[in-house]
Amino acid sequence: MRPLTDEETKALFEKVSKYIGENIKLLVDRPDGVYCFRLHKDRVYYLSEKLLKLSTNISRDKLISVGTCFGKFTKTMKFRLHVTALDYLAPYAKYKVWVKPGAEQSFLYGNHVLKSGLGRITENTSQYQGVVVYSMADVPLGFGVAAKSTQDCRKLDPMAIVVFHQADIGEYLRSEDTLT
Amino acid sequence: MAACSIEDVLAKVEKDEAEILKNITVHKELELEFDIGNLAAFDKNPADVGLFRKHKKEEFLRSLARDNTQLLINEMWKLPTERVQEAVVAKLPEPHTRLPREKPLPKPRPPTKWEEFAKLKGIPKKKKTNLVWDDVHKEWRRRWGYKRAKDDTKDWLIEVPESADPNEDQFARRLKAKNERVAKNELNRLKNIARGQKVSVQVPPKDQSKAELGKAMQLARISTASVGKFQDKLPKEKPTRTVGKKRSFQPLIGDFNMEKQRQLDLLKVMENKKPRMNVTRAVNRQMREEDAEAARHKKEGRRGGKGGKKKGRGGGGKGRGGPKSRGGPKSKKHHGK
Repeated sequence: MRPLTDEETKALFEKVSKYIGENIKLLVDRPDGVYCFRLHKDRVYYLSEKLLKLSTNISRDKLISVGTCFGKFTKTMKFRLHVTALDYLAPYAKYKVWVKPGAEQSFLYGNHVLKSGLGRITENTSQYQGVVVYSMADVPLGFGVAAKSTQDCRKLDPMAIVVFHQADIGEYLRSEDTLT
Repeated sequence: MAACSIEDVLAKVEKDEAEILKNITVHKELELEFDIGNLAAFDKNPADVGLFRKHKKEEFLRSLARDNTQLLINEMWKLPTERVQEAVVAKLPEPHTRLPREKPLPKPRPPTKWEEFAKLKGIPKKKKTNLVWDDVHKEWRRRWGYKRAKDDTKDWLIEVPESADPNEDQFARRLKAKNERVAKNELNRLKNIARGQKVSVQVPPKDQSKAELGKAMQLARISTASVGKFQDKLPKEKPTRTVGKKRSFQPLIGDFNMEKQRQLDLLKVMENKKPRMNVTRAVNRQMREEDAEAARHKKEGRRGGKGGKKKGRGGGGKGRGGPKSRGGPKSKKHHGK
């Protein structure tokens, strides 16, 4: 386990700020405790300093996961956000998409959100903006990338994709083995 | 009998002596020219071609060489001699034959940078006197070199100037300045030579980027006998982060405040780099506003026909409130961006 280098931190922040914008400052600088990001086996974990100090007692090969896994760095040093970060993205999300109850299950199976399943969308979402997907009951389901801006969404036909799927909470069951 | 034998003996001795003399003396028509300094003898006698052809050539040449060498050695015995460690040594005179050059003529020295410039500008060379009058010592001293006229490092009293640090050593300062001048002069001299020879001297290139200079500085710092272990740091030198193949990371539980500060700074930099106004968003916003205007005017037009001003204004107010209320608070937040 080690802290992130500057380049890795930059990549992480860029990815996360796509979804929560400048609210990432609230993750870095928290009033209720000191939290930090640490890298372990190419995965980025977000944990409190108390937990960090406890985790130093476990050897590297025996340590599987610490705190919350935000995502992992690929071999080419690109950062990939996992669904386990949803708990921290959802409250600070800038652009939200609400999905109708019918299309909810489809999204949780890993499909993209179509225009027919779109309930609400925040105003002036630009195209390819990172969005967090909610159900109509304001339960965060996952996150994705807006395929069209809000303006264009109004003029689409019902079978067009409005949100590309990136991660959903159904992954907790589907990819149980790979998530740490 | 004895007399006969004595006569015989004397005759024999005479004959022997004649034989020896014959061996030593050589008869030549033309005297040889000798250059004893080069141990050379020049025989101008025309060679007897008939004799050369008739007799065996080897024999003729050998006898000729033998005769000439005999004459040369006879000349050498005439030289003044001295004894050097049980050997008789003859003192050779100066050679007077001009020999041709062994090596080619040396090339003229290539002009220095100043000489080229002076030639270009037409600055003539001014002859300077070697001795200059030194008023301090009241005598003639040389212009440069040992005990020269104006040597500021040799002043026994130096006034501290107004603008200087009072704790600075003025003598050391003058000495350092002189050393720098000497080093600079030496460097220029070497550069002139290098330019003339067109040899690649390791002079550092003029335009180097910041990264290259930093790298050069690091290499220079470790190029000592103890690989830079006892090398003092420059006043503003930052510690190197990545040296060698091993990557070095921050400690696992380091200063959390510092880490937080670094991350916040990074975020600030990222925010500044992002463009503040997005063109498409601005266009979208403009389009939305225009749509809202159009809708409002349409409603006003319909209501205005029926009711009075009040209703029109009310309808307009409602119309104005309507489309904007959907994205009201949220859109207002993003106007700043």
